[in-house]
Amino acid sequence: MAKKATLLSVYQLLPQTNCGKCNEITCMTFASKLLERRATIEECPPMTEAQYKSQAVKLRELVAPPIREIVLGSGERSVKIGGKEVVYRHELTLHNPTAIAIDVSDKMDDTTIVARCRFVECFQFTRIGQKLSLDAMAVRFASGNAERFAQAAALVAKSSSLPLILCSLDPEALRLAIEQKDVLNRRPLLYAATKDNWREVGQLAMQYNCPVAVFAPDDLKNMKSLVRTLRAMGLEDIVLDPGFFPEGGRMKDSIERLVMIRRAAVNRDDKDFAYPILVTPAVAWMGDNVDERAAAYKESYLASLVITRFADAMILHSTDTWAILPVITLRQGAYTDPRKPVAVEAGLREIGKPNEKAPVLLTTNFALTYYTVSNDIESQGVTCYLLVLNTEGLSVESSVAGGQFTAAGVKDLIGSSKVESKVAHRKLIIPGMAARLSGEIEDLAKWEVIVGPRDSSEIKEFLERRSEVVQT
Amino acid sequence: MAESDKVSEKKGESDLEGALARRLLKLAEKFGEIELDNVTMTVDELTFLLQPAITRLQRPITRGELVAAKPVEKLLEVEFAPPVETYPAQMAEVQLGATRNEGGTRGRAVKVGGAKALPFYGFEAVNPNRPAFAMDVFDMPIHLAKAVRQHFEDVMGDPAAWARKCAHEFGADIVSLNLVSTDPGIKNTSPEDAAKTVEAVLHAVDVPVVVGGSGNKQKDPLVLEKAAEVAHGEKCLLNSVSTDTDYKRVVNAALEHGHSVVAFTPMDINNQKKLNRLLLGEGLPKTQLVMDPTTGALGYGIEYSLSLLERIRLGALLGDTELQMPVLSAASNAWGAREAWMKTEEWGPKEFRGPLWETVTGLTMLMSGADLFMVSHPATVRVLKQITENLNGLGEAKYTVENWVAALG
Repeated sequence: MAKKATLLSVYQLLPQTNCGKCNEITCMTFASKLLERRATIEECPPMTEAQYKSQAVKLRELVAPPIREIVLGSGERSVKIGGKEVVYRHELTLHNPTAIAIDVSDKMDDTTIVARCRFVECFQFTRIGQKLSLDAMAVRFASGNAERFAQAAALVAKSSSLPLILCSLDPEALRLAIEQKDVLNRRPLLYAATKDNWREVGQLAMQYNCPVAVFAPDDLKNMKSLVRTLRAMGLEDIVLDPGFFPEGGRMKDSIERLVMIRRAAVNRDDKDFAYPILVTPAVAWMGDNVDERAAAYKESYLASLVITRFADAMILHSTDTWAILPVITLRQGAYTDPRKPVAVEAGLREIGKPNEKAPVLLTTNFALTYYTVSNDIESQGVTCYLLVLNTEGLSVESSVAGGQFTAAGVKDLIGSSKVESKVAHRKLIIPGMAARLSGEIEDLAKWEVIVGPRDSSEIKEFLERRSEVVQT
Repeated sequence: MAESDKVSEKKGESDLEGALARRLLKLAEKFGEIELDNVTMTVDELTFLLQPAITRLQRPITRGELVAAKPVEKLLEVEFAPPVETYPAQMAEVQLGATRNEGGTRGRAVKVGGAKALPFYGFEAVNPNRPAFAMDVFDMPIHLAKAVRQHFEDVMGDPAAWARKCAHEFGADIVSLNLVSTDPGIKNTSPEDAAKTVEAVLHAVDVPVVVGGSGNKQKDPLVLEKAAEVAHGEKCLLNSVSTDTDYKRVVNAALEHGHSVVAFTPMDINNQKKLNRLLLGEGLPKTQLVMDPTTGALGYGIEYSLSLLERIRLGALLGDTELQMPVLSAASNAWGAREAWMKTEEWGPKEFRGPLWETVTGLTMLMSGADLFMVSHPATVRVLKQITENLNGLGEAKYTVENWVAALG
């Protein structure tokens, strides 16, 4: 078991002067923030002074996560990978969401390469108020011509501001590519050092101060030996690819290797495995006469699978939005704070600046339902009152079925929220999926009930289309 | 030419930034503090603020600079031992379906649960039963996403034919019959009439059957009780009971007629434990109980379900007897997510998006520890069954290429 930092062990290494320069009242509060990774050591100014130097070193070591955090790329769109502290999500929030790289091959023509770079750079998707994006470009050496590889790498560097991954098992090709000025300035991840080329690739990574991936397919003993060797050479920014072969029964070992690496690092303090993991779902595209849809489908679920199996970074090939969408959605969920409650507070919310004529909408207090609805109506520019019903954190469909969404509950909410003093009308728009309760709500609450759309993305359109009915 | 100009310009910029930083720091050291546009800073603060710029200068990345690696003669061979952990307990096993020898009429039975390790941690222990996949069947025409509906258009309103299609064409291990028409707010079908549908489905297929109500708390126990009676000896799974239903009635029917019961709770491990405790207290053995702690759709709470399932499996293996029953996941909840069915140009064709949404929802639950699934789309069953085989090391690999970088073309 790795030694775990405790509140007291962290506190003991701090100045214990309660000077307040970190904007916390006491060193103890700062210690707890440090422990929860809500603050960094640099935010305690005294710790940067000479007198605390040796304590700062110890403290840094104490609070360092078991998995090294590595920065890919440079500048505004650089991305951190690794930095994990636990094996299971419920133990502590997972930091640094899986970085997603999209590949280009040096066999693609320049126009295609530039187009792919642009797609990845601009890809953005807003979900529940969060902007989701893609993170990096991987350039693959497939042409057999090292100069072409270097040229393609330079083209990607010029066409994209995202971190680069140079993929070639041939050290000479890697050298040619990294010596392109545009490429070098970006501190690309070198993929990969293997049992055959570790000496040359290790030296390249050292010389150009780049992170380096170790590719040791099928053999964790080999992987461990390679990492140990690179560490002995003086390398610190290492990324692990234990080989991803989802074809047939080889999938079993591929997935188990990921588990063993992470568990060895976190639970057994194995320093050779204390690095971020890179997985390559792009191998779903392997083979002749690939059916593009089938490959994109497979790549998408493989990528989703490894998000739940410790992938800190991954390389994908598909640029189909329908295939990327599930992956970034799962990533967003898996990396949220597990302590975030399932339910939001029930009651009355004002969306925009509603007046006494504003429509009154009803939803549940399941966090995901609530945020989806409120984000939707806000982005649609709807002005209204939103009544949030306590359904014990269940969605509309589940709570109507499960009996947490009841007419009596709605009646009580209307009373306790004092919405009757805010609006001059008595018209309630309920979710489409709660339609079967409309009669009962009318009887109990003495409000006119209008059944709204099944999906909140249609609320604005609904209000316009049904304006005579909704008119208040 | 133009490109290299740009680079040297950038380099010049960072040199200038660094020079400025060093000058400021010197000034500050001399006077103890420094004033910059109404902001006064002390040396400490300045050192801190300027650190990044200085660090950058100390480690410039320049072309051809030779930082030699420490000499390492040859690969340092080290041993690796798999980090195997052992657990004091294991999950209970539940059998669904009874063959003729066992007092039923099923062609084969399906066992779920019995896990000895975390899901697909095969280096630790191989779990005895592979997860099973049930497909949803409804006793009346119902609103379904188009991608699902197109596969069942011809059997809507004929639950027996629907069940046959699932079992014979789409490879369902189990058929999950949902008696939605019994809801007083829908058709208010009587328990007796609903039981006839159960008999028709049992007659139509020889795979095990899950019998589900409509979700109406008052009616469901009556419907499930009657269904249990007509399905005597078939080892069905009655879906479901919760803390606020007449669970005693359902448990008694299950015990009398040899069925199992689903314990449903809304995403709360403590409520799940409480309900399990109540049901076990009624005399229902662990081998006749399945938990449904709620599956949130991908994008709509799946992360809660993921953590819930992991906690259940870990807790069970560590010896929590109230969590040792197999877990059911209604992955078909994925169809409630708008990403699965809504026509939106920007998201790409929904005929792929929909099944994929269900597949990923199910797969995430599979990796977190679900033992039994309810799914709607044939592709989900096909894909999840295949992944399950592969995760257990079965299936031939068509390719053995190690250098994927070049082999991808």
